[in-house]
Amino acid sequence: MRMWAQSHLCQKQRMFSLLAAAFALAFLIIGTSQSASAIPAFARKYGLRCSACHESWPMLNFFGQKFKDNGYQLMNDRDAPIWQNPGYWPVTFRIIPIWHRVSTAQVATDQSATGEQKITQSGFDLSGLDFHTGGTLDKNISFYVLPSSDATASFHFETVMARLDNIGGSSWFNIKLGKFELDNLLSEKRILTLTGNGGVYQLYHFIPQGDGNIWGQMGDNQLGLEWLGHSANDRTRVSAALLSSNDGQVGLPYGAESYSGFFTASQAFDFGKLGVSRFGAYAMVGEAPTIWLTSGGVGIPGSGTGNKGFSREGFVGQIYFGEHADVTVVTQHGEDSAWFGQGYGDFVDNPVAGTNFLNGYGVTSLPAGSRNPTWNGVLVEPHYVISPQAIILARWETIRMSQQSTPGTASNLGNISTYTVGARFNPFMTPRAGFAYHAEYNWLHQDGTGVVPGTNINTSELLAGFDFDF
Amino acid sequence: MNSRLLRLTNAAVIVGFLALPALVQAQISEYQEKQWLDTPAATSHIGNLTGNAHAATEPYRRYCTVCHGELGDGNGESAYWFDTPLFFKPRDFTTAVFKCRSTPTGTLPTDEDIYDSIGRGLDRSNMPPWNTFSAQMRADLVAWIKHYSPRWQTEKPGEPIVIPPEPEVTAERIKAGQDVFNRVQCWKCHGVEGRGNGPSASTLQDDQGRPILPYNFAEGGRFKCGTSDADLYKIFMTGLDGTPMPSFSDNIKPEEAWDLVFFLRTLQPFHTKAKELAKGLNLKPINPNAPPPSQ
Repeated sequence: MRMWAQSHLCQKQRMFSLLAAAFALAFLIIGTSQSASAIPAFARKYGLRCSACHESWPMLNFFGQKFKDNGYQLMNDRDAPIWQNPGYWPVTFRIIPIWHRVSTAQVATDQSATGEQKITQSGFDLSGLDFHTGGTLDKNISFYVLPSSDATASFHFETVMARLDNIGGSSWFNIKLGKFELDNLLSEKRILTLTGNGGVYQLYHFIPQGDGNIWGQMGDNQLGLEWLGHSANDRTRVSAALLSSNDGQVGLPYGAESYSGFFTASQAFDFGKLGVSRFGAYAMVGEAPTIWLTSGGVGIPGSGTGNKGFSREGFVGQIYFGEHADVTVVTQHGEDSAWFGQGYGDFVDNPVAGTNFLNGYGVTSLPAGSRNPTWNGVLVEPHYVISPQAIILARWETIRMSQQSTPGTASNLGNISTYTVGARFNPFMTPRAGFAYHAEYNWLHQDGTGVVPGTNINTSELLAGFDFDF
Repeated sequence: MNSRLLRLTNAAVIVGFLALPALVQAQISEYQEKQWLDTPAATSHIGNLTGNAHAATEPYRRYCTVCHGELGDGNGESAYWFDTPLFFKPRDFTTAVFKCRSTPTGTLPTDEDIYDSIGRGLDRSNMPPWNTFSAQMRADLVAWIKHYSPRWQTEKPGEPIVIPPEPEVTAERIKAGQDVFNRVQCWKCHGVEGRGNGPSASTLQDDQGRPILPYNFAEGGRFKCGTSDADLYKIFMTGLDGTPMPSFSDNIKPEEAWDLVFFLRTLQPFHTKAKELAKGLNLKPINPNAPPPSQ
């Protein structure tokens, strides 16, 4: 009896201890919670919370978009570095430790009778490190440099650009030169999701099966010159960019003379209590090489000629339903030249026979019946902003081939459908650093691209992690 | 009870006793503010818009709290870091004292005045132009700001001053404006060339005792409360409450006020008609030490 009492007492004590610990933890979490996050380099400079510029960091709200469009300036006559504390250095690091579980069907194996098998893996992992530095060099002159690594710390320059803003005192004349993100109204670089397939917009990178055009990926940062014009309150925005058709690769590796252009125009409207919503359109049109000189059978960088065309165009709507709910819709119609559709394209990176990419040297005509591959896609991303510190989000993307390059190909070959749901919570939001608890699930399905002909690919990923910058 | 425990207990009691009044004060203040949220004063009327303070809870927290503070007292977490006089400290809404008004000095501003300030921002401060907000959100924020001070419970906004139509700028008016500049001693703070370097400039403080700089016309930056001639007229006829810039409505007649506006425009580095006319006049900076002209 006494032993039971002692044991019972111990249990009660343990329960009380656990309860006390839970309360202490809850108190700590609540007590340290202030209100929400930005690239802290800018937040530190201006003393603003991340939530001033970000609907949920890193996605910009309209005020953040205006700040960016003004060349990272609040336009308060104190934007130039001369007004800052000399010790201020505009640098931010971002890295994301995660746990994730990835399940991929149709992985080719020697051990399976069918030659394929579903593989599921899980474990702790890291994202790469982003090393953001940007801001004003003087009033209306700014820069942005982003060395970015993969998870093994192999670095490349994701963004390197300088810009001149408000040229001649007009907000309609702003120029940037270098490598930068295209003026996508829904920015992939500020995406709120982190999984392998959910962390990019499939629409921005879609390449039909067997197609050799890698240059039409509007989600990749590109090298070029961009003009941007906007009204003082940023409600009206137009931009045009002239780009090298090299998918942002340095060293002029592809076409001898191949360029593309990216154009956007949008207008925001005040819908009263619903808020300000924006509607716009974009188009990417360009040319890229299909013919290469070779040495020892290997493509010579920069020798590409035989330019063929491609285009991507669509509409964007960012629609707000009050303070808490909004949805972004992006559509796309894409078309590649039949030459790309038949696999001619990036022979420099893939000069090996059997890959998708072919050298068009000496090829005078395509197989009979070859057509321009075309497709249509749509992306719908609703958000529910619980508070400036918490957001729930979802995304549905689908891309449907409307014309395959080779007649007789399955009409749905390469079609993609993907769903993503997630949530982010910022336990604090100060003008010094950003931190988010992140949880996400993504599922992606692609028709006909499994290792066994005619079968589909299904992948899914569950991810949880800490997204922080400092 | 051993003596060490007793000493600790006593210390805790004393600390608690000392902390209690501060705690009670904060709670009362927050409690009062919450009560005021439900009063008619915590609404705003701008044109056809009606602003509701409750609707601004999240926007205020998202955009404003970091500077103006949860309690609207200008003590947000970033306020400490703004170095005066290069940057102005955030406005303390609990005093309901506002620089940019269309109403006489000492009175409350109109809802439109606050609404315009939110959209325009305040140059040389960390208050940016929040003109990306919807009109409704700005109206709601005006209402929210009004719930912070008891003045809105008992006082009505002042009557906006009447600004006569702007006359044609002439050389005579510019010369007359310079005389006004001299007579009401604008130069004492703004300097004889409007460079913000008058003899009193280095001594100026706002109503919180913080150093403040007079406007430097030669820099060509935007005025705090607007960019138009009428805005400039309003600034010196209503004064910038909370700063050493007084209202000159008792010293300057309305027609003289336009003369002063035209003269002040000649001090800015812009190509304007006033500037052209001033060149023809060959205006020299005033000499405050010169003997008064003989009668």
